[in-house]
Amino acid sequence: MAAESAGAIDPMSQFKVNTLAGADWTLFGHNIAFTNSAAFMLVIFGVLWVFMLGGMRRQLVPGRWQAAVETMTDFVANMIESNIGPKGKKFTPYVFSLFMFILSANLIGLFPLAVIPGLHSFTVTSHITVTGVLAIMSFSIVLIVGFWKHGFHFFSLFIPQGTPAVLVPLIFLIELVSFLVRPFSLGLRLFVAMTAGHILLDVFASFVIQGLNSGTAIGPVVSLLSFVMIVGVSALEILVAAIQAYVFALLTSLYLNDAINLH
Amino acid sequence: MDLASAKVIGAGLAAIGVGLSALGVGNVFGSFLSSALRNPSAADSQQGRLFIGFAAAELLGLIAFVVAILILFVVKG
Repeated sequence: MAAESAGAIDPMSQFKVNTLAGADWTLFGHNIAFTNSAAFMLVIFGVLWVFMLGGMRRQLVPGRWQAAVETMTDFVANMIESNIGPKGKKFTPYVFSLFMFILSANLIGLFPLAVIPGLHSFTVTSHITVTGVLAIMSFSIVLIVGFWKHGFHFFSLFIPQGTPAVLVPLIFLIELVSFLVRPFSLGLRLFVAMTAGHILLDVFASFVIQGLNSGTAIGPVVSLLSFVMIVGVSALEILVAAIQAYVFALLTSLYLNDAINLH
Repeated sequence: MDLASAKVIGAGLAAIGVGLSALGVGNVFGSFLSSALRNPSAADSQQGRLFIGFAAAELLGLIAFVVAILILFVVKG
C-alpha cells in the first residue's frame, strides 16, 4: 500500500475494483469494462495454463515439473476418492479446477507486486461476487446431480434414517435451512478469510510507515515490531491461502457426496 | 453517547467473537493432535474430518468479523 497520511489508516482501498479499459463497453445494458479483477483472473488463468501445460508431458519417469502437477492432481483425486468413492471420479476435473483457481488466486493476491510503482496486487477471492459465484456453481452442480440421479427422492437427504415421526417436520425444516445456507457459508468463508488477512497486513504496514513518520523515539521500535509481525502474518497468510482452497474443495466434494450417495 | 462512538464500541464487541472462535479452532487442532499421538496410524484417515471441524469453527469467527465490518462500514450514521 502507498504511504498513508498521518492518522488515517484506510485498509479497504486495496479491494477497490478499478476500470483499466473499456469504461463504456456494454452488453445487454450491463457495463463489461475490463477491470483489475478481470486482469488478475487472466493472470491466474495464464499461470495455471503454463503450469499444467509444462507438467502434462506424460513421461514414465516424471521430471520435477510433471511431479509437481501430478502431486496436485493426485491430491484432489485422493480427496474425491476418499470422500465420494468411485462414483465421484467424474467430478475430479471440476473440483481440481476449483481448487487450483482458488489456490492460485489466493497466492497471486499475496504477491508483493506493489514494490513496482503503479502496480498493485489484487486478490480476486477477496470479493464475495467471485467467491459467491464459485459457491453457487458448486451448489448448482449439487442440486442438478442430486435431482438428476434421485429425482424427488433427493428430499430424503433432509430426513435422517430413523427419525421419529413426530420430529420429521422439525428436522426437515432444520436440515433444509442448513442445506440452503451452504452456498453462503462456502462463499463467505473464503471471501472473509482473504479479506481479513489482507486488512491485517495493510494495518501493520501502515503502522510501519506511521511509526517512521511520527518523529518520536518509540516510533522506529513500533515500526520494527510491526515489520516482524508482517513477516509472520505473511507466512500465516500463505498457510491460510492453501487451507481455504483445500476447505473449499473439500466441502464441495462433501456436498457432492451428499448428492450422489444421499445418506 | 453519539452514534459514531457506539459504532466503534459495537465493532469492538463484535471482535470478541473472533477471539472466541480462536479458542474453537485451537480446540479442534489440539484435540486432533492429542488423539493422533495416541493412535498415529489412524490420524491420516481423519484429516478430512479435521478440516471440516476447522472450517465450521472458523466460519463462526469469520461471521463475527463480518458483523464488525458491517457495523463499521455499512451502518450509516
